[in-house]
Amino acid sequence: MIAVIFRAFGRRVSFFDKLAALNYVFLLVLVLIASIGVLMLYSTAGGSMEHRGWAQISRLSIGMGLLLLAVLVDIRIWIKIAYPFYFFMLGTLFLVEFVGYQSMGAQRWLDVAIFSLQPSEPMKIALVLALARYYHDLPAERIIRFSSMIVPLALIALPIVLLLRQPDLGTAILTMLLGVGILFLAGVRYRYFISAILLGLMSLPFIWQFVLHPYQRQRVLTFLYPEQDPMGAGYHILQSKIALGSGGVFGHGYLGGTQNHLDFLPEKETDFIFTVLAEEIGLMGSLGLMLLYSIVLLFMFLIAKRSSSHFGRMLAMGLGVNFFLHAFSNIAMVTGLIPVVGMPLPLVSYGGSAIVAMLFGFGLVMNVHVHQSIGAGSAANLDLR
Amino acid sequence: MERSKSEGWRRREFTRRAIVAGGLQLGLFGVLGGRLYYLQVKQSDRYSALAEQNRINTVLLAPERGLILDRNGAELASSRENFRIILVPEQAGDVPQALQRLNSFIRLSDTALRRVLESARRLPSFVAIPVVEGLSWGEFAEINLRAPELPGIHCEVGRLRYYPHADALAHVVGYVAPVRKEDIEDNSDSLLRIPEFRIGRSGVETRFDTYLRGVAGASRVEVNAAGRIVRELERHEGQSGTEVALSLDLPTQLHLNELLKNESAAGVVMDVHNGEILAMSSTPSYDPNHFSMGIPAERWKALMGHPDTPFLHKAIEGQYAPGSTFKLVVALAALEEGLVNPDETYYCSGKYSLGTRDFHCWKEHGHGRLDMLGAIMRSCDVYFYNLVQRVPVERIAVMARRMGFGEKFDIGIPGGKPGLVPSPRWKREALGESWYGGEDLITAVGQGYLLTTPLQLAVMAARIANGGMAVSPHIIKRVGNEHVKHTAAPPMGLSPSSLKFIQDSMHAVSNVPGGTAYRSRIIDPSMRLAGKTGTTQVRNISRQERRSGVIKNEHLARKLRDHALFVAYAPWSSPRYAVSIVVEHGGSGSRAAAPPARDVLQFLLTRKKQGAV
Repeated sequence: MIAVIFRAFGRRVSFFDKLAALNYVFLLVLVLIASIGVLMLYSTAGGSMEHRGWAQISRLSIGMGLLLLAVLVDIRIWIKIAYPFYFFMLGTLFLVEFVGYQSMGAQRWLDVAIFSLQPSEPMKIALVLALARYYHDLPAERIIRFSSMIVPLALIALPIVLLLRQPDLGTAILTMLLGVGILFLAGVRYRYFISAILLGLMSLPFIWQFVLHPYQRQRVLTFLYPEQDPMGAGYHILQSKIALGSGGVFGHGYLGGTQNHLDFLPEKETDFIFTVLAEEIGLMGSLGLMLLYSIVLLFMFLIAKRSSSHFGRMLAMGLGVNFFLHAFSNIAMVTGLIPVVGMPLPLVSYGGSAIVAMLFGFGLVMNVHVHQSIGAGSAANLDLR
Repeated sequence: MERSKSEGWRRREFTRRAIVAGGLQLGLFGVLGGRLYYLQVKQSDRYSALAEQNRINTVLLAPERGLILDRNGAELASSRENFRIILVPEQAGDVPQALQRLNSFIRLSDTALRRVLESARRLPSFVAIPVVEGLSWGEFAEINLRAPELPGIHCEVGRLRYYPHADALAHVVGYVAPVRKEDIEDNSDSLLRIPEFRIGRSGVETRFDTYLRGVAGASRVEVNAAGRIVRELERHEGQSGTEVALSLDLPTQLHLNELLKNESAAGVVMDVHNGEILAMSSTPSYDPNHFSMGIPAERWKALMGHPDTPFLHKAIEGQYAPGSTFKLVVALAALEEGLVNPDETYYCSGKYSLGTRDFHCWKEHGHGRLDMLGAIMRSCDVYFYNLVQRVPVERIAVMARRMGFGEKFDIGIPGGKPGLVPSPRWKREALGESWYGGEDLITAVGQGYLLTTPLQLAVMAARIANGGMAVSPHIIKRVGNEHVKHTAAPPMGLSPSSLKFIQDSMHAVSNVPGGTAYRSRIIDPSMRLAGKTGTTQVRNISRQERRSGVIKNEHLARKLRDHALFVAYAPWSSPRYAVSIVVEHGGSGSRAAAPPARDVLQFLLTRKKQGAV
């Protein structure tokens, strides 16, 4: 395998060429966002790196290692292993049902020797890879055919079914939206989306009654009527809004957020870390981070646009959609626009698999950037030997 | 060619879609930006206020309760250090084990143990739970010394109400006790919510509670989400309660208490001119210190079940037949109505017959012939049986009311009973029965329906002593810097001659040989007292017993013995103090009630001579 990889480098683009071709501005923006996360974790720990800061940095380092690996492997190899990777992750997700242990009420984690891995995060990346591969292979004229949608829909549906069984409704919905986004990018006709939306709306009562668990229904109800239960389930949303609102334009100053330091904020290191930033740095901080996120999205759009392979385009833009969905759902959640779904803020929230998987995904995007000139032809035609 | 054409289409289509998707993302980010602007700019003030509300708690600080003083500034109620022990569950770890360890040094009651365990279960583990209060210095020092062996156990010094004279003033001063739920419901004073706050439950402590309380201090603290105090932001101490000074003279009070302590009795000493009460006792009493920390159930039960009713403030709430002391009122009524010449005499054979019934004099074989002064001096019943035939009982009732009978005086503490002044009209209205001739007779000697309190007896003596001024009793001298103003006693409109006659009669009672209180006279001419004894029956004496000889008090069970009463004032030359004593089941007024009355007057007059009062 290693030999294959290096032979590939030797054939087309050299190792150093790839390093030289890396988009360093893009990388810098990512490092900047991750640094904001570490600074915020330093603040939530009351001004200490010990509690979570160093752990986050070590995970970021692992992620950066994976990022580099993802960049350096030839894009054609990624095309080749897209399906195996997808099924490997699907199998891992399936294993969660049997060997995963309970955490926060959901069997989301699979115990891997080094650290707990949440397979749903790399699963989404695997899904983007698989769908990119599928549309890369699919002759253009067949895209609009209905029959061409069977495989992608199955690829999307399989992980969703497993995620719903865990149960992890938030990730399941995000995975679905990710799939829909990629189908849209792939050029599926608009009418399908419109009918799907109508169908979805019509099946809502059914989903409410038979699919949702009681706690999930409670979350939605809490979202709709937070003031009915300010000390119970509505507490998180209320405290989060208080932190955001009291931050004002310039914030209480770094390390000065009372909601943060007096523990009024729930899950402030993970899902609600955005509120810490907003409370201490104010609107400047919250909009600043969103600006950095927008720059990341812009980079991904440009990389996709410049790629000469359809796989590259779909991969970069698909991962962009994934990144956007994460960022949007988290910020919308903490600002009370959508129910609490338990999504981490990408690159900022304290976490293991989410951070590593996200950086790995960016590695793939940069891979597309580095290999932007390598393009046409299906994976089957690649001659790597 | 076909393939490259479709490849070009795919690329263009992708770019179009990517632009749509990018636009959508941008738009949704814009929505988030708008939301952030709304929350962080538009609603910022509202959420800032909520954040402060979250963060800041105000902890009330209990102020020191105002002192209660006697007329010379001696402390009747003060505060002392309260050594107490608290337990912090999170530091103690295993709470039952910690209590077990503590129990080996100081004995903890089962109820206290249960209460602490219950609180530990219910409250967050960092909240300190009071375990015991009121430890002695020795116990406190020992626990302090053992601190390293007792994790989570802390010693604290608080302030607690203290009554240095224990049971000597319980009924007047009252006591304080922990706040009950009912107190909070009808009172908005935030002080009541301070856990260590105590509320007045009786006596001066109740009546002047709002003055004595003071104003709560406050400490503004920053708390975290769990309610734990992070730091104090600012603190202002409260204002101590206002002190209340009473007209009581502590040494006289203690002396009177000492005189009565082995009896079930009451005594009142008051100034005949301004109505100030200098001593007021009710025995047996109780120690108000026991209430400050919540009285244990066993002690409460023992007090409640005591046959001599320690909780009853007998001086103002004990109602007794006035007995022969009432003869002063009957005689005064007769003189004022001008119906009787005091020099007229009646013959006492020991009994008086009305219809088929005999009414007896206390002196079995009679006093012989007596005029009014002699009848008062020797307390002859038959004379008054005769007298009442000529004085309508309604006129007696009117005079009784003028002298203070039937009136509930507000002396400045809660409680008090009006007693009862009966009349034919009252009997008709209250009982629906008509008045019998025999009831005139028993009313004339202060028995029957008549009821009075020791306070009213003292008032009567004072009103006679001061020359007929309607003086009213009171016990509060000063609240803070405000001296309590009392309007000068108005004259009652009694003729000086009849008053002089009554005064002379009282002088004879205790200064002329043969007077019922001659043995309790004061020899010193500057302190000479004038008085009147009273002995009231609490049982019926049957005809059979009359024939075989009335059983002497000493041979009767205590509960059947007569009540002993005495009213007096002194000094004779220039009246200043009136006193009344009631000793329940004391036997006779001259033996049981007159001596303590004389002693307390002598004591007080000596103090006055020394300039101490």
